[in-house]
Amino acid sequence: MDGFGIHIEGLSKRYGDGDTAVDALKDVNMTVAPGEVVGLIGPSGSGKSTLLKCLGAVIEPTAGKMTLGDEVIYNNGWKLQDLRALRRDRIGFVFQAPYLIPFLDVIDNVALLPMLAGRSNGESRKRALELLEALDVGHRAKAQPSQLSGGEQQRVAIARALANQPPVILADEPTAPLDSERALSVVRILNQMAQQFNTAIIVVTHDEKIIPTFKRIYHIRDGKTYEEKGLALN
Amino acid sequence: MISLAGRDILHSWSKFVLTGIGLGLLIGVTLTMAGVYRGMVDDAKALLNNSGADLWVVQQDTQGPYAESSSIHDDVYRSLLSLPGVARAANVTYLTMQVRLNNTDVRAMVVGFEPGQPGEPGYLVAGRHITRNHYEAVADVKTGFQLGDTIRIRRHDYRVVGLTQRMVSSGGDPMVFIPLKDAQEAQFLKDNDAILNERARTAANPSLNRPGVPGLLEAIQASQNANRNVNAVLVQVLPGSQPDTVASEVRRWKHLQAFTRVQMEEILVAKLIATSAKQIAMFLVILAVVSAAIVAFIIYTMTLGKIREIAVLKLIGTRNRTIAGMILQQAMGLGLIGFLVGKVSATIWAPFFPKYVLLESGDAIRGFVVVMVICALASTLAIRAALRVDPATAIGG
Repeated sequence: MDGFGIHIEGLSKRYGDGDTAVDALKDVNMTVAPGEVVGLIGPSGSGKSTLLKCLGAVIEPTAGKMTLGDEVIYNNGWKLQDLRALRRDRIGFVFQAPYLIPFLDVIDNVALLPMLAGRSNGESRKRALELLEALDVGHRAKAQPSQLSGGEQQRVAIARALANQPPVILADEPTAPLDSERALSVVRILNQMAQQFNTAIIVVTHDEKIIPTFKRIYHIRDGKTYEEKGLALN
Repeated sequence: MISLAGRDILHSWSKFVLTGIGLGLLIGVTLTMAGVYRGMVDDAKALLNNSGADLWVVQQDTQGPYAESSSIHDDVYRSLLSLPGVARAANVTYLTMQVRLNNTDVRAMVVGFEPGQPGEPGYLVAGRHITRNHYEAVADVKTGFQLGDTIRIRRHDYRVVGLTQRMVSSGGDPMVFIPLKDAQEAQFLKDNDAILNERARTAANPSLNRPGVPGLLEAIQASQNANRNVNAVLVQVLPGSQPDTVASEVRRWKHLQAFTRVQMEEILVAKLIATSAKQIAMFLVILAVVSAAIVAFIIYTMTLGKIREIAVLKLIGTRNRTIAGMILQQAMGLGLIGFLVGKVSATIWAPFFPKYVLLESGDAIRGFVVVMVICALASTLAIRAALRVDPATAIGG
């Protein structure tokens, strides 16, 4: 992919009006290149989730500009009509808990996204199996989510996020429920997938075990971001 | 695209099946209620069919003999036979009463008829028709009587010589056919004590027991004890004759009321069982509302249990109509399971009802459509809840 994975410029988000207005994000700037994994850390109430929701096109920012790949998707207003399709095709999500659909088996949890995008069942399942194998859970393709360990579930969730080959993945504390070994394994996988699929990945985290693994970190405090470089051990 | 609803149902099939069985029993009761109404209508039609009549001639200004009491002289049939267009005319009596079998009572409609004439049971399933003038009976199998049983009606015993089937009153009581004379006696003749009392009263009345008029008292007493009445005359018209025309003639010249088959059906279905039909309709409405409330509650609860999954589905780009379709299909699936269970249940238990329950295919099809519509409507509450789910809730904080 040419250009930026995701680039945001002067992004603001205000909740409420008048005296009760709260500025959750103030002139936030951030750039994540394709194939790069950056950390986004900050205390509770700092604006992490608001930023993630803005990046995920779930809530509308108040002002600013967002570019996904080469396309401006927000410039003081959404530039796309169908945000649902934007989320489905061009943004991957990994949550704190895997939130797999309990009534679908592993392969269909992953294949669901390509299916929703209009691909055939066969093609979607083939793609899902490739991803599951790349994440070393291909042998659990026919299992139910409840039969997987926490680490396996999170790998399936990563596979789901990658299913439509989005240019950006937003990961919301993906290692929170995992022990150190599994947490580091997930981060390794995210780095590997970012490289392999040329995807920009933003990882929101509190997890001190994984913070040193990021090459770049954005700190967020009182709605403003500050960049920090050079922490990565690898 | 995979069926999300189907997968969810398969994933929690036991919950669905158990809920479907519960709903199905309710639907079974609803179908049975409809069957009870159909049975009542069918009983009424069976009563008319079995009489073999084209016209029912009854007392003037009454709607007898089934809906109201009617009493006419038993020689009326002779004058009816003289009317143009009349092929056959025969007296009948109808009396609903408790008849005794050994030590038990059976509720039955006792029909007095003349052998070989309209009013005779059309067919037998065992035994033979009545051949003697007295003390033989043909009974519907639903009475529980067997060939050779002795049944007691008023003061006399009757031997069951034949069995018939689906011969019931409009109220569903099975029929017992006995000779007309016996039936007249059972219906109109007083018991011995009453006769003695009546004679004494008449004798004590100076206007009826005049010293200077010999034979008057005896004549009056004989008249009081005679039973020359029947409830109706069943008339068959000649081929090519119009029952309406013959009925008009009867009404005009004989000072009697005459009903055609259509009119009698109207009396039985639209008037006699109208209140019961309304009662059943009320039950059907209530059951439909209860079913809808149950389906709505179940689907709503199941949807609330999947709020997080729905938020995730919405976040990853699932269309609202896909989510609404999933909930709708689940509600319809529940309705389908419920309907199948209900139909099978109603079919199994219907024969055990004391009254005839007629489960018609048309009612089943209509019931299926209504169940599906109810389920679709009931799912709207859950669909609204699902569509209100904010996809942002999938993202923490």
